[in-house]
Amino acid sequence: MLSAIIALAVLAIIFGLALGYAAVRFKVEGDPLVEKIDSLLPQTQCGQCTFPGCRPYAEAIAKGEADINQCPPGGETTIIALADLLGRDPKPLNPENGEEKPKRVAIIDEQVCIGCTLCIQACPVDAILGAAKHMHTVIEQECTGCDLCVPPCPVDCIDMVEIKPTLSTWKWDFPTSLPEDLANLANRIDNTEPAPSHNAHQAPETTAPAKATKAASGGER
Amino acid sequence: MRRLFNFHGGVQLRQHKRESTATPVIPAKIPKTLILPLQQNIGNPAIPTVKVGDKVLKRQIIATAAGNVSVPVHAPTSGKVIAIEDYAVPHPSGLKASCIIIATDGMDISRRRESRFLNYQDLSPEQLRELIHQSGIVGLGGAGFPSHLKLATERNRVDTLILNGAECEPYITCDEMLMREQALEIVEGLIIMRHALQAPRCIITIENNKPKALEQIKLAVKHCNVDFIEVVQVPTVYPAGGEKQLIQTVTGKEVPSQGLPIDIGVVCHNVGTAYAIARAVEHGEPLVSRYITVAGSVAKAQVLEVLIGTPVSDLIEQCGGNRKTLSRVIMGGPMMGFALHNVDVPIVKTTNCILVNSTIADVPLPSRRQHALPCIRCGACAQACPVDLLPQQLYWHTRAKEFDKAQDYNLFDCIECGCCDYVCPSHIPLVQYYRYAKNTIWQQDREKKLADVSRERHEFHKLRLEREKQERAERHKKKRQAVSSDTVQDDKKAAIQAAMERARTKREQSDTAPKNIDQLTEQQQKLIAEVDQRREKERSAET
Amino acid sequence: MSLNTPTSPHIHDDTSVTKMMLRVLLALVPAVIAHCWYFGWGLLINISITVTTALICEYGLLLLRQRPVTPFITDGSVLVTAVLLAFCIPPLAPWWLAVLGAGFGVIIGKHLYGGLGYNPFNPAMVGYVMLLISFPKEMTTWLPPHLVQDLNIGLWASLNAVFTGQLPVGFTLDSITAATPLDLVKTQLGLDVTIAETKNANDVFGDFGGIGWEWIGNWIFLGGVWLIYKKVIAWHIPVALLGSLFTISLIFFLMDADHYGSPMFHLFSGAAMLGAFFIATDPVSAATTPKGRIIYGIGIGLLTYIIRVWGGYPDGIGFAVLLMNLAAPTIDHYTQPRVYGHKRS
Repeated sequence: MLSAIIALAVLAIIFGLALGYAAVRFKVEGDPLVEKIDSLLPQTQCGQCTFPGCRPYAEAIAKGEADINQCPPGGETTIIALADLLGRDPKPLNPENGEEKPKRVAIIDEQVCIGCTLCIQACPVDAILGAAKHMHTVIEQECTGCDLCVPPCPVDCIDMVEIKPTLSTWKWDFPTSLPEDLANLANRIDNTEPAPSHNAHQAPETTAPAKATKAASGGER
Repeated sequence: MRRLFNFHGGVQLRQHKRESTATPVIPAKIPKTLILPLQQNIGNPAIPTVKVGDKVLKRQIIATAAGNVSVPVHAPTSGKVIAIEDYAVPHPSGLKASCIIIATDGMDISRRRESRFLNYQDLSPEQLRELIHQSGIVGLGGAGFPSHLKLATERNRVDTLILNGAECEPYITCDEMLMREQALEIVEGLIIMRHALQAPRCIITIENNKPKALEQIKLAVKHCNVDFIEVVQVPTVYPAGGEKQLIQTVTGKEVPSQGLPIDIGVVCHNVGTAYAIARAVEHGEPLVSRYITVAGSVAKAQVLEVLIGTPVSDLIEQCGGNRKTLSRVIMGGPMMGFALHNVDVPIVKTTNCILVNSTIADVPLPSRRQHALPCIRCGACAQACPVDLLPQQLYWHTRAKEFDKAQDYNLFDCIECGCCDYVCPSHIPLVQYYRYAKNTIWQQDREKKLADVSRERHEFHKLRLEREKQERAERHKKKRQAVSSDTVQDDKKAAIQAAMERARTKREQSDTAPKNIDQLTEQQQKLIAEVDQRREKERSAET
Repeated sequence: MSLNTPTSPHIHDDTSVTKMMLRVLLALVPAVIAHCWYFGWGLLINISITVTTALICEYGLLLLRQRPVTPFITDGSVLVTAVLLAFCIPPLAPWWLAVLGAGFGVIIGKHLYGGLGYNPFNPAMVGYVMLLISFPKEMTTWLPPHLVQDLNIGLWASLNAVFTGQLPVGFTLDSITAATPLDLVKTQLGLDVTIAETKNANDVFGDFGGIGWEWIGNWIFLGGVWLIYKKVIAWHIPVALLGSLFTISLIFFLMDADHYGSPMFHLFSGAAMLGAFFIATDPVSAATTPKGRIIYGIGIGLLTYIIRVWGGYPDGIGFAVLLMNLAAPTIDHYTQPRVYGHKRS
């Protein structure tokens, strides 16, 4: 009886030492998890996930304080990528955080802008150019569509406009032709009604106000 | 007799070519309006050189190339520029793009020919390429890559120049008619291209279902009396005319994945491109028209010589199609062509065929009638794939949106020929899944790059705020320090003193006697006296 | 005018899942006729029961799973499952055996996994193996073939036997049941009787298989070859399966003919032929790459022989197919074809 205990204890000590040594000697320096998670997020810095930016959200996921389905701008793609990285099951976007919308950019109506710089201070990526009592304008290429500049504006001169697809940014929709993918079977070929999934992505109408200046013209992104 | 090789897979299709090859090629009617998109090629769009209201002559340049990966656009006939604006262009999206719109005058007056009748052999390969570049020639087989770039030898030496006369898709017969009617020009174009590439060997490939074209080409080669051209018949199977499959058939070599044919010393051009090059170099004619097949539910299926920019509706009308009863119009062939949203889009340089399908169907395109069933893993798609991929695996992973795994199965090697889709018993739109996957992966890459830039900007934004905070703190610290030390106090005191002195001198110097005191009441005088007294008192207290 | 804008390709081959399944059924017709000639009406009754059960189960489950019914009911795959299962059940087996087998196969073997295209196991084999393990006695009481013993059980009597268990007048259980040749050989070998002696003592053996069985095997073979010609199935699995079964049985036969059956005996006995052309070639559960299919076929052939000779069951096809179904995804993963433009690695 005693010999059995001693034998097992000795074995445990030997293996414990071996594992400890291996843990130190063969340690692999990898990317910390937070970096990996952050590289999958869309960097919109909008705060819809309830964290003040993408990096804090990444840190929260790494600590286990946040779920992977809280990012509306990232949408399904980001959820699947995070699920893949962390070895979890993907789940649908949490509706409490918002819904997945097409990419939008902010446009300042220069006729109304009073030059108060409140939006400049609000922008997390410094995409608004301007100074106090000088005209403000959004650098379209840098705008991430986070919506943070809209509430602070005292004269409500900022509009969020959807980016129209151009020939080089247009893409096909997901083909939904299988019976199990459709809620009700949509006839495809022999109808005169074009099937929605095969139709081109219709360019959405811009909602910019009529007085929008050149800065408001939809451009490439 | 050259030994031919087989490529994996492929399907046998009913050809439907006899309808449009029974009669010779006729010129298309000059339409009322011509719409010239500025981008008809892979690369950058051209830059307009005309303004609205300008009169243009046939073959006059109306837009210059924007750099090397771009070609100029020329006016196909004489007329007036009525607009330079966004107009619907032929693209699966149905979106608009920038176009020059010309109202034709029907006179078809050409510009005065600028270049002399050149002997191209006097030109160096670089000069020849530049001439081809300025003639607006792109790959007329459908890809639209600027042809002068495919005649360059910087990347690698060229061993074999292949002219693709295979034309494997059903219904399309424009290359066949071109070979039957313009065989000599095609061969001359080939010889010019060879001069640019300095290639030792040339091969013209023709599918074995085009005996008349073969005959004409052979005669033309004999007439040119050169020993480096070989005419090869390839078996009729779809997609024998695909560049990679054709190269494998004729040379047995495979183009490396994600590489170009020039990496194995081969360059492949379409016979139409060769013809356009011959016209450009020998006759100074830039590319303004091309042969196009119109087939399907039209009274007379036909190959026409069409001006670039002709609206599709005009062509359909000329061939006896009824605009009101159209149900589907395809630009391209039935395997790889795309359906148009709008029949008023123009013909572009890369269009080779218009297929018409009418609701009053007399010769309908067979269409998929069934709804898709799940994949039963029969493997017919893998058997048919000319690139030897596993379409069923690509399909499973694309459907699950696992794009990484799809790329592991070599998604980007897919040439979207449609063979897998054609044979699938479950009628799954396989190629559509792959197109979706490729587009999504490209979009994700684009977004990732933008996200990286946004992250950097955000980091800098945080840094900037930190920095400003620190600077503010520094300034506050300096101010506080200034307030607390003695020397500063003394300096301050002295400054205050000096200021008070200045104020006093100013007061004493200036006339401080009150004004408008001529007619004062007694009470007012009394008040003034009191104020004066008070002032005296204070002044004496100060000193 | 709004134009139809479907995506390319705009033409399609004249093929469909229904066509494929109907062709498979057509290829089985000669075998069914031969089976009925040798063994009476039992098979047709069993087919009716299994087909009815399978269709009812399929319909019910499609409704339960809220899937569109028409495209799936008309694809014919459940008919093939039902007919193949009927082949594996003894002709005068009680009706509930057929019902259970068909129901289990369709519900558990197919729909539980997601329906057509999603099942990892062959549904007919799932049903068959469940019956074999749960009801060994009913599953091994086969009839003697026509040429051996002229039973002449009419249709009404067969229906009676199947549905009520009542034996036909004048027959006892002993007189109408017989073991299959494979079963006979196995039990006799266990009693140390050599194959040659078994053959002499019993007249159930024909030229190379069991009487009747060899002819059914022939018709199945011809039907299978026709399917390959029509490109409904690929040649890889049948050739690999039969080839490996032939080879391994030849090796052992040459070593010791007394205790190991001849290759022809193995090829034409039991469900080897049926398995090679109809069961193992079920596209959903088999391997899909060409090389993978060959490995898959070889695996089934070898496993069948091993189970037949050294295992506990007279015929190993059912288990062999299910075991190789397990391995199919791995086989596919490691036998990917070399893609054009990639180096031969």
